[in-house]
Amino acid sequence: MAKITLSNLAHSYSKNPASPSDFALKTIDHVWEDGSAYALLGPSGCGKSTLLNIISGLLAPSQGKVLFDDNDVTNASTSERNIAQVFQFPVVYDTMTVRQNLAFPLKNRKLGAAYIDARVKDVANMIGMQDFLNDKASGLTADAKQKISLGRGIVREDVNAILFDEPLTVIDPQMKWELRTQLKALHQQLGHTMIYVTHDQTEALTFADKVVVMSEGEVVQVGTPTELFERPAHTFVGFFIGSPGMNVLPATVVGSKAMIGNHEIQLNFTYEQLSGTIEMGIRPEYIKLSNEPSGLAIKIDRVEDVGHHKIVRARHALDDRSLDINVIVKEGLEITDDMQYLVFERDKINIYADQWLQDGKAAI
Amino acid sequence: MKKTLNQKAWFMVLPVLLLVAFSAIIPLMTVVNYSVQDTFGNNEFFWVGLEWFEEILHSERMHDALSRQAMFTAIILLIEIPLGIFVALHMPKNKGFWSSLCLVLVALPLLIPWNVVGTIWQVFGRVDIGLLGHSLASLGIDYNYTQNSTAAWFTIIIMDVWHWTSLVVLLCYAGLQSIPDAYYQAAKIDQASRWNVFRHIQLPKIKGVLLIAILLRFMDSFMIYTEPFVLTGGGPGNATTFLSIDLVKMAIGQFDLGPAAAFSLMYFLGILLVSYVFYTLMVNSEGQGS
Repeated sequence: MAKITLSNLAHSYSKNPASPSDFALKTIDHVWEDGSAYALLGPSGCGKSTLLNIISGLLAPSQGKVLFDDNDVTNASTSERNIAQVFQFPVVYDTMTVRQNLAFPLKNRKLGAAYIDARVKDVANMIGMQDFLNDKASGLTADAKQKISLGRGIVREDVNAILFDEPLTVIDPQMKWELRTQLKALHQQLGHTMIYVTHDQTEALTFADKVVVMSEGEVVQVGTPTELFERPAHTFVGFFIGSPGMNVLPATVVGSKAMIGNHEIQLNFTYEQLSGTIEMGIRPEYIKLSNEPSGLAIKIDRVEDVGHHKIVRARHALDDRSLDINVIVKEGLEITDDMQYLVFERDKINIYADQWLQDGKAAI
Repeated sequence: MKKTLNQKAWFMVLPVLLLVAFSAIIPLMTVVNYSVQDTFGNNEFFWVGLEWFEEILHSERMHDALSRQAMFTAIILLIEIPLGIFVALHMPKNKGFWSSLCLVLVALPLLIPWNVVGTIWQVFGRVDIGLLGHSLASLGIDYNYTQNSTAAWFTIIIMDVWHWTSLVVLLCYAGLQSIPDAYYQAAKIDQASRWNVFRHIQLPKIKGVLLIAILLRFMDSFMIYTEPFVLTGGGPGNATTFLSIDLVKMAIGQFDLGPAAAFSLMYFLGILLVSYVFYTLMVNSEGQGS
């Protein structure tokens, strides 16, 4: 087990990268603490898999260093790094039985037969495959094959970290939940550093202690699920996490007052001399429908009932265009025709300049 | 729902029935016809039953040709299949200039007409002007494929390997290309040795195409005619007279139509039988895989 440090790391798949867009991974400095469970979250093509392959040593970065504890392993091979990785699609050795599959990484490291036997049994119990140990791996379902892949990932006890590259993509939703819970339990049991790549926010938030959100080759925020939800550091995080994502509205901010068009909103904090494009972010959960004309005037387009709450798609006319705003209301609340105004929860409002979160001073 | 019962479906299969009849069944029936009759010319035929079949089955000449044939097929399969796999494993994996170049170079022998292949090697192996023949002779090696049967066999086998290993390479290469990268990456992480990667990842994944390659190479080499005919004409003596060459000698050289017909029917059924066994094996192993 080790702390993993990425120092000034960047990667480009082209040989002579000229512009920033040539980089699959822009400069990253990040420390993965020993024994934590991380989720690496981002849309497809944001560089998560590239980053993972650099950590595991399958890919050499074009720039920067990878350190395990204090050892520079940038040029070390995968086996020297002693890393386990589980891939998106199940990788099993069709020629072997389940038992041989699980024993394979241990056998290749020339460990004792008695130890291997005991360890394989333990791991088979953890992944719930103890009854299938003597079956041929080739005849199994995709679920079971992926369980074996997971098993091969955790079978070595001395690994520095276990990396998961969207391992539950091919699994049925119900089984997904079960396996994810098992992984979480395994993490608590084994205490390995785990990095879990996914584009599914639920998966990321339920698995990880800390979520690393990436967008276009950059880490935009590292935080606990709560931090990502309450204080998204970048409007992208606001959009990407939450369903629907955060509302981001163009605003002007002077002191502790924000203006959306002619509508004034009192803020909890004072902001001084903001420059760039100023926006106000507010999650749909923190907006209330109201019939008081003191709120922001809107028209309701439609209401989507998703079972345990309703999503209201509303529109605010601003000059010659209109702003779409989503509001989440409780299932029981009846939406009447006179509800044509929105009220924002003051302490949940975030202010962004050029898409990055701004810190304000407490207003007196 | 009520189904109307009529015989219209026959009209649907009629075109293909006619096609198969004219392209295969009727010509084959003429062979069957010859195989059970004897003639002394003048278009007079006598019924002889299965006599020709018995004669062929007991003929030493046929036994010799068959054992030469089996030997040849076994040798070229033993060389071409492992060599083809080996070459395919060492071709550049990523798409690009080098892999395209390799593919073109490898595919070239397959594009050359078979009698031209024979001619190329006939010239190549000549002791007086051929590059191979002359070089070997200057090294003091007694090499003359027109007189020495070992040299003749050597030349024909090298020629076949040169001509057909490419087919095995291309099929295996295609099979290897279809293996997702994750398998190799997982193998690296599991610290699998090169041999284990081949044994447990590559070989199982190319098993299907490999069986097709073996089947095609078996069929083709078992029916080989043109190249040895051009190169050695079956000689020296009968040293390289394989089944097809012997068949043609019998049918056209000696005009023994009856025995030749009986022979070709058995030849055909033999190849059909082996191919069927192969096919069944292939389908079964695919069923296991998925």
